[in-house]
Amino acid sequence: MAQVTTIPTGNNDLLQEAAPTRHIGTIERFVGPENYRILTGLLKTPASIVGLSLIIFYAAIALAAPMLAPPKATGDPFQIPRDGFSSAPKPPGTVWTRNAPAIPFWYKAVTGKDKWVHLFGTSEGQYDIFYAMIWGTRTAFKTGLVVTFTTLLIGVIIGSVSAYYGGIVDNLIMRVVDIFLILPSILAALILAAVLTPKIGKSLIPTMTALIAFGWMGYSRIIRGDILSVKERDYVMAARVIGVKDSRILFRHILPNAIFPTLILASLAIGDVVLSFAALSFLGIGTAVGYADWGQILSFARNWITSLNTYWWIIVWPGLTLVLFVLGWNLLGDALRDVLDPRMRGKI
Amino acid sequence: MTTYIIRRLLLVPVLLVGVTLLIFIMLQTISPIERTALYVRDIPKNDKAIDGIIKLYGFDKPWYVQYWRWLVGRVDATTGVRKGGILFGDFGYSRTSSQPVEELIKNRFPNTLDLTIWAVGPVIMVGIWMGVQTAVHQNGFIDQAGRIFSIIGTSFPTFVFGLLMILIFYATLHWLPPGRLSDNFSQVVDSDSFHHYTYLLTFDSILNGRFDIFWDAIKHMLLPILTLSYISWATFLRVTRGSMLETLRMEYVTTARAKGLAERDVINKHARPNAMLPVVTLAGFQVVLLLGGVVITESVFNYPGIGAAAARAAVNLDVITVLGFALFDGFILIIANLIVDVLYAFVDPRVRLS
Repeated sequence: MAQVTTIPTGNNDLLQEAAPTRHIGTIERFVGPENYRILTGLLKTPASIVGLSLIIFYAAIALAAPMLAPPKATGDPFQIPRDGFSSAPKPPGTVWTRNAPAIPFWYKAVTGKDKWVHLFGTSEGQYDIFYAMIWGTRTAFKTGLVVTFTTLLIGVIIGSVSAYYGGIVDNLIMRVVDIFLILPSILAALILAAVLTPKIGKSLIPTMTALIAFGWMGYSRIIRGDILSVKERDYVMAARVIGVKDSRILFRHILPNAIFPTLILASLAIGDVVLSFAALSFLGIGTAVGYADWGQILSFARNWITSLNTYWWIIVWPGLTLVLFVLGWNLLGDALRDVLDPRMRGKI
Repeated sequence: MTTYIIRRLLLVPVLLVGVTLLIFIMLQTISPIERTALYVRDIPKNDKAIDGIIKLYGFDKPWYVQYWRWLVGRVDATTGVRKGGILFGDFGYSRTSSQPVEELIKNRFPNTLDLTIWAVGPVIMVGIWMGVQTAVHQNGFIDQAGRIFSIIGTSFPTFVFGLLMILIFYATLHWLPPGRLSDNFSQVVDSDSFHHYTYLLTFDSILNGRFDIFWDAIKHMLLPILTLSYISWATFLRVTRGSMLETLRMEYVTTARAKGLAERDVINKHARPNAMLPVVTLAGFQVVLLLGGVVITESVFNYPGIGAAAARAAVNLDVITVLGFALFDGFILIIANLIVDVLYAFVDPRVRLS
């Protein structure tokens, strides 16, 4: 029998064409071309760059909080210092009289004054608004990061188990997701936080737990969908044929190929988490009175709504802080929506 | 479609059991003494009385017995009086507001319903209208303005926007007050001469011929409606715009244009109806959300609906009351979602004809 062999000819033109003509960097090699496209797409529009700058600005404030608004030498730095106890808010620029914390080093150079003043005024009960805003940034990032990371973890595990096993497991898990989705998330979180607070005490934990408990469902739905499509790929079949364990196939072969969009989505949800946290805090659920978070400082305004025209600063400064923060995340999220939209492929 | 509806109906009992179990689990976090509020008014004075009540209502029994007792209550063997039992509408006693929880809900829910009825129109209609306009003028000035409008809308937390509205329209301009009614009118409404036909204030005031009360009630609702609208317009705008753009790219739209139809007819008669499907889902979802009581908006404006009541109970750490609201909301939302899904099946030909 004559053996048929194909000998490669010397003509490699086609290969030459297939080879990339542009330089592929380390990052692109690491995350893969599709994910790299998503990452760079996030930074291409002016809006998303503004968004990213806003977030970086806030992150810088959070890191530099002890320098921007030095805390008292003793006690919890997250406790907002009070200038006395009288009720009516004082306008921006009022001089600290009692209980003043240290003056930050930049203050004299920037303003040329010697006395430390309430830069943004005080709220009801003489809580310093500037201090609350600066340290509230730390609270925001802390709650946002912890809640987002935990919900993502729970959501991904539940969603991937559901998608991988399918059948009755999938059906059961998805019904549980339906049940958790019945109540609007803010109401559900409010209820759970109210139930947990008497047990745990007033702190960040009840609200964060509540936001986690009612926040994971979206991620499990998304990752479930992505895994269902990855599951059918040939390399998964190949792994199954050579007898790889279920858990290893799921976590080593499927998940890494399906998780990226969910990861990005989650990182942008930090804004929403901070918003929900502030809303609950505004209603009076969560941290003890005087804890530096944005929702709390706004809640002090609730007793002054008839005279807000006089005391405008008690809502304008904290409100603006919160709006710009959420705006930053939304601008990035908007860019992401465009990047992930298949119809927009190739346009940005 | 029948199979779709049957399958959807079968989901209802699952959701009901699920939501009651979820709330029952949360209920277990409080002590049996606090849980006595499910059946009796006051906290028993001495240990003996407490033990008696714990025995009587079975707080010492396994969880499934307690769960069943919580669902159907306990019928006294001699008098035949039923105590407790959420399925019979007995949600326990709210110790912070000194009335039964179901009484509190009965007082508050009509206000939420009233707000929902008046807010639905502006929220949905204007949102859709803006979405269509931005899609038709894609990348034009209107589109860019709409985009900015919607991104600012989604970035404004409800309570910040609400406080800003109060600052402008109440504290500065004195136009639109928060609350439900002016004092002199609430006296009229509480008096015997005012008949409550529907318990919805705006409708009752018209039926009683008191247009001044009607106008006052509307004035108090304008700010909450505006707040709710602004926050949801952004979402409606985005969804309508996306769906509309997709439809405008369809070939039958090109055909309609090629036939020489006026652009107005192409948009209003050919494109828009077909672009409405995702918007219908969103609209249903939005109505359901409003019905569930909008916790933050109601709280900011001191509007006495179920959302604000739930928030107050939560701040007072009155777990029985809070969970009562959760149950009520759960029931309402399950039913409302069912209605929306079935209606959607009629609207969407893909479901209707399958």
